[in-house]
Amino acid sequence: MPKAHVTTTINGDAYEVLCEPGQTLVDVIRNGLGLTGTKEGCSTGDCGACSVMLDGELVCSCLVLAVEADGKSIDTIEGMAEGEDELHPLQRNFLELNGLQCGICTPGILIAARALLERNPDPTETEIRFWLAGNLCRCTGYDKVIRSVQAAAEEMREA
Amino acid sequence: MTELNYAAPDSLDAAVGMLADAGAGARILAGGTDVLVLLHGDLIEPELIVDIKNIPELTEISVEDGAWRIGAAASGMKLMDHEDFAAAWPGVIEGVALIGSVQVKGRASVGGNLCNASPAADSVPPLIAAGAMANIAGPGGKRDLPVEDVITGPGQTALEAGEMVVSFTFPKRPPHSGDCYLRLTPRTEMDIAVVGAAVNLTLDDGGTCTAARVSLGAVAPTPLLVEDAAAALIGTSVDDAALDALAAAASAACDPIDDKRGTIAYRIKTAGVMTRRAAETALDRARRN
Repeated sequence: MPKAHVTTTINGDAYEVLCEPGQTLVDVIRNGLGLTGTKEGCSTGDCGACSVMLDGELVCSCLVLAVEADGKSIDTIEGMAEGEDELHPLQRNFLELNGLQCGICTPGILIAARALLERNPDPTETEIRFWLAGNLCRCTGYDKVIRSVQAAAEEMREA
Repeated sequence: MTELNYAAPDSLDAAVGMLADAGAGARILAGGTDVLVLLHGDLIEPELIVDIKNIPELTEISVEDGAWRIGAAASGMKLMDHEDFAAAWPGVIEGVALIGSVQVKGRASVGGNLCNASPAADSVPPLIAAGAMANIAGPGGKRDLPVEDVITGPGQTALEAGEMVVSFTFPKRPPHSGDCYLRLTPRTEMDIAVVGAAVNLTLDDGGTCTAARVSLGAVAPTPLLVEDAAAALIGTSVDDAALDALAAAASAACDPIDDKRGTIAYRIKTAGVMTRRAAETALDRARRN
């Protein structure tokens, strides 16, 4: 099969890319388009490092074929901050409250946490922990992750 | 290595035709949470991936005169977010909610969970307890199969070459009905069942159980429909004696394996405990509607 021609929107910008039928979305995002903020960890949907939004749904981009994204809209970590100077409240609170150590899991956690707060602006600690159960942190800094999400949620509710 | 092709037909007839033409070289792609792991682990080498998510009846959720139909490829999150379906079949949603992370449920479907044919698939026991039918399409036409007859062994289904599960239909719910699915895992989240227990029951106006179905997962090579356990409830007020008999019948139906999550003895004992607890919640729900 010749390479598939995929037209997609990423963070509001139109992209066209040629990809192999079996190529994963995370591979195309990172290696085809150079958007390396999205990380690939386990490649089997267990770690959540490759989390992106696909037509508004939180998914692991290692478990999506790039050809499936044709005509769809994708949001990655690169689109999270407002321009170059203004971080998203989640990003800022993760920095201020040390919600990350090595940082590999962070883009996926930020994408997942934003998806939670869009559905539920005032989640309990338990709700945050269950929602983020699909995002693994090998540094095991989970408590600071949770506190960072709680602080960002509070700030966003007051905004 | 064979060359891989991808197709995303927008009609059931087109999909069935592709599957029939490609034969054993085709794999169906619904949510992809099992198939893409197998593909990229080089455990399967299909010639054709048929993505079925562009076929309307595969993802629709509808109700007609109280009888629900859910597309086999509808994602777990789509089902969980469907308030009316979730209110009608809370036990089914409890199974769906345990399939994996939010990310996995954003893609994974009930049809895929069934056709992957794991003995521990979390959405299957509540479908069996519900009395759901799998609506199947294939080269020979359409047929319906009770969900308990679809899985024939670990990784094995009763689907013939070229067949696919299109949707699931649920029976109309009588008044005073309730269902529940409970699962035991070593962790609180993101794990595979040691035991899964689903109970669906209906009471008459006086509180006597008139119908019940009980299903167990992860305690045998396939998910089980346990008719002896249901019989322990029918005709009773679901009192302690009936619940004791239910638990004993559930344990007696188990034919489990030892593995890192639980021993044979542990699975047999906890199957009874979990079935009893599921019945208590199903009873509470039945009394409220």
